Amino acid sequence: MTPHETKGAVQYTPYHPRWYRMRVSTYWWLWKWDYLKFVLRELSSIFVAYFVVITLLQIHSLSRGPEAYARFEERTRNPLMIALNAISLLFVLFHTITWFNLAPRAIVARVGGKRVPDIMIAGSNYVAWLVISAAVAWFILR
Amino acid sequence: MAETIQLEVMRYSPEHDAVPSFQRFEVPYRKDWVVLDALNYIKDKLDGSLSYRWSCRMGICGSCGMMVNGEPKLTCATFLSHYAPDAVRVEPLRYFPVVRDLVIEMTDFMIKLQKVKPWIIRKDEKSIVDREYLQTPQQLDAYKQFSMCINCMLCYAACPVYGLDPLFTGPAAIALAQRYNIDSRDQGAKERMDILSQHEGIWGCTFVGECTEACPKNVDPAGAIQQYKLTAAKEWFKSLLMPWGAK
Amino acid sequence: MAADAPKKLLEPFLWTLFSAGGVVAALLMPVHIFLFGVAFPLGWLRDLSHGRALALIEHPLVRIYLFVFCSLPLFHWAHRFRYTLYDGLQIKHLNEVISVFCYGGAIIGTALAGYLLWRIL
Repeated sequence: MTPHETKGAVQYTPYHPRWYRMRVSTYWWLWKWDYLKFVLRELSSIFVAYFVVITLLQIHSLSRGPEAYARFEERTRNPLMIALNAISLLFVLFHTITWFNLAPRAIVARVGGKRVPDIMIAGSNYVAWLVISAAVAWFILR
Repeated sequence: MAETIQLEVMRYSPEHDAVPSFQRFEVPYRKDWVVLDALNYIKDKLDGSLSYRWSCRMGICGSCGMMVNGEPKLTCATFLSHYAPDAVRVEPLRYFPVVRDLVIEMTDFMIKLQKVKPWIIRKDEKSIVDREYLQTPQQLDAYKQFSMCINCMLCYAACPVYGLDPLFTGPAAIALAQRYNIDSRDQGAKERMDILSQHEGIWGCTFVGECTEACPKNVDPAGAIQQYKLTAAKEWFKSLLMPWGAK
Repeated sequence: MAADAPKKLLEPFLWTLFSAGGVVAALLMPVHIFLFGVAFPLGWLRDLSHGRALALIEHPLVRIYLFVFCSLPLFHWAHRFRYTLYDGLQIKHLNEVISVFCYGGAIIGTALAGYLLWRIL
């Protein structure tokens, strides 16, 4: 006899075989390189939040006057901070690249009945990124 | 090239075993053999008790999905030459209960397929005598990719969310729902949205993307799900800003 | 379950916030981290003096820009981190606690950003 399905619960019969269910380990994300890449991508959000906090601290120190601002800047020069920020930069870049590369899958754009190729959607994101980054840098540095 | 190749096959007999074990077989190595050929050789000549599913042996029925060296594959489309001279490890499809040897229990998948109402839903049914539903090639093009699914469940074996949360509807079922949603003949998108805009529906997906990698038919279920999310978000804002709209 | 109903209603909205935050983070964060986190501290580029920074931030558009820069990426983190904890650590039973921690954190951060940028007038 085979298991009979009733309202979502499987009814066991006397001759029902005992299924084997493998438990998924808490370290499932270490099983495959692709799983690990996925988890690293998700963890990049932590570095995003971290730098927002840094930015808030910077704005706060700005409002408290030149000495507070100078103290903030001094803390950013700490080698540990620089290292942490460099790591954050790498993770945020990872976020940016994976985000733009995945964007074409979610966005289906059609021009004149034909689907816009993925590389154009991703490409336009990258171009926008470069243009906006250059504009922001110019605004801050000029 | 060596004349034989080793296959490490998972065995599980519910009558005798508490847990599965592995058994090694030595099969002839032929350049044109696929893993399914090796399994058939084992069953024919070495151990007739080996249990596994297969049918068309040409990658269209979706029966022969198994884990080959840890990756979900159709054994009829996976060549031994890809792994030779190393041993090839064959296990049942991941994240499904194992019934015996390489055979898994797929009722959960069948239930989920049905849950999404994978058929043309019309508010105004017309009989065949009255009219046909016309569709342009562009309209067909919109959903064709998502209609290529052969229900092989490789995407479920690849999806960590399904592995962690068996309530998750899963890639193939959601892609199938989307296939009908964007079919120009269908009018059931609202019904499916109510079913799938849940945590076990589309919102459980975190866009790992492994389902698309595993799919032998290039269905891109991950893309289907993200497009569905976008549609759901648009519907949410529409219903917020225009609550008097047709319900 | 009563607790499910509001979440079912909110999920598309939260995902939209996540996506918007993801776009903002992808486009703006790299250049900000590079300048303020690496280039200025290492002296590669002349950094932003207190006077100049105040002058820039006085402009309302700059403050709106900074508000968006701080707020949306926080909601991006909240949504993503919530799912990471939910799936990665398999602590589903703490579902409500996780949601409150994540989205609550993002809301607090947004409120802080709004307050700081308003007060800096």
